[in-house]
Amino acid sequence: MYRRGVDNPWLSLDYLRRSGDEVWEQFVIHTTLTLEAILIAAAIALPLAVLVRRSPRLSGPILGVTGVLYTVPSFALFALLAPFTGIGRTTVLIGLVAYALLVLVRNTVVGLQGVDPDIVDAARGLGYTRMRMLLTVELPNALPSIIAGLRIATVSTVALVTVGVVVGYGGLGQLMFRGMQSNYRAQIATSSLLCLALALALDLALVLLGWWAMPWTRGTRRRSRRARGAARTAEAAA
Amino acid sequence: MSTVGDAWTYLTTPESWVGANGIFGTNFDGSLRFQQDSIIALTIEHIYMSFAAVGIAAALALPLGLWLGHVRRGGGVTTVVSNVSRAMPTLALLTLFAASAIGFGNRAVIIAAAIFAFPPILTNTFTGMSGVDADVREAAFGQGMTRLQVALKVELPLALPLIAAGLRTSATQTVATVPLAALVAGGGLGVIINSGLATQRYGQVLAGGILVAAVCLGIDWLLGRAQRSVTPAPLRRVAVAAA
Repeated sequence: MYRRGVDNPWLSLDYLRRSGDEVWEQFVIHTTLTLEAILIAAAIALPLAVLVRRSPRLSGPILGVTGVLYTVPSFALFALLAPFTGIGRTTVLIGLVAYALLVLVRNTVVGLQGVDPDIVDAARGLGYTRMRMLLTVELPNALPSIIAGLRIATVSTVALVTVGVVVGYGGLGQLMFRGMQSNYRAQIATSSLLCLALALALDLALVLLGWWAMPWTRGTRRRSRRARGAARTAEAAA
Repeated sequence: MSTVGDAWTYLTTPESWVGANGIFGTNFDGSLRFQQDSIIALTIEHIYMSFAAVGIAAALALPLGLWLGHVRRGGGVTTVVSNVSRAMPTLALLTLFAASAIGFGNRAVIIAAAIFAFPPILTNTFTGMSGVDADVREAAFGQGMTRLQVALKVELPLALPLIAAGLRTSATQTVATVPLAALVAGGGLGVIINSGLATQRYGQVLAGGILVAAVCLGIDWLLGRAQRSVTPAPLRRVAVAAA
């Protein structure tokens, strides 16, 4: 494929020195695209999950549609959207949001369903309105499951952005693809590692967010183990 | 609107289905060739690649999961494996393969898809086996069953719903991953989308997207039926919750 003896290392500082600007640019695109997709998906998923929880009649259609969106491969979804939304950022963003929806809706529903009925009863006995109950009792109690869903959705979205190459907007995937076309190993390896690092960093950030938002799960060892168990159940359900 | 019309024209032209040169041909070395301009050939190739990938993954993950689940060790390892595989973009693996000794084409795609098909099978097999009630296990040992008998005759049947769910997840995901093969000179239905984009025939792109989506939903539905049929009625609710 290339001449024997030509140096083509997997990792090279020379590559970063020469193309650092470009790598940074794609890294920023990758990060902002991921965050934007997750924020939009969360903003849609939360009300949907509450709807599913409140009216069982809507749960079938909502879970069904998000399930179908999830089963349709990203590659096909971008292809279905591209003729209408054009190639570029919008198409990728819509695809990513559609993908993250199912995980977020499902995990939030699981979390809401797992709230101890006695607690809800107690809150109702205290005269809480439905809205206040949702915001101050149900959602905080569902938080471990919601955070678990956010973690899964974020990590898979980081990986999924790369498929955006199909429509010419794949963030770091753009570099992987070009590196493949020119058989430039350093370019492929660098962008792949950055992708993994980004997923890891965002995952860690969400863990910290959960730690900060749920002070009650810190405390004793026993409690934190229970919280971990809940998170694992939610993950298995996703 | 014309894009939809173009897609319709593409899908209703017989030649798109059977190809200009037939469905199958032969390569220079005499091996079977799936003609890349025939929907039927590409669908068969797509399913063959998916099956190969899931087959390889299952051959490795099932025994490993059965064993780890039986001895009830390695839960942490299986979680790490599944988390890392989620963070690893398929495209990264495909391009890394392409630039390494593994190279381009269907073989590289099958290996990459098998790597991604591995974790769901492993995790679910492990969870199913290690989740079997300890009392049931003890009763089986108390009756004088050997380890192998306990694993295969007691734990395996009880873990079957979860194992089937894992195989289904893995297979659905693989069928959805294989279209990426078109980006690294492989076959399968992604070829229709990729060549459509390259030649700016967006009708064909749309048609390709519809075909891939239809195949994925169809296979998911079929496997869902299969999963249901191997799951005893009382266990169905559990399996659905864990899928």
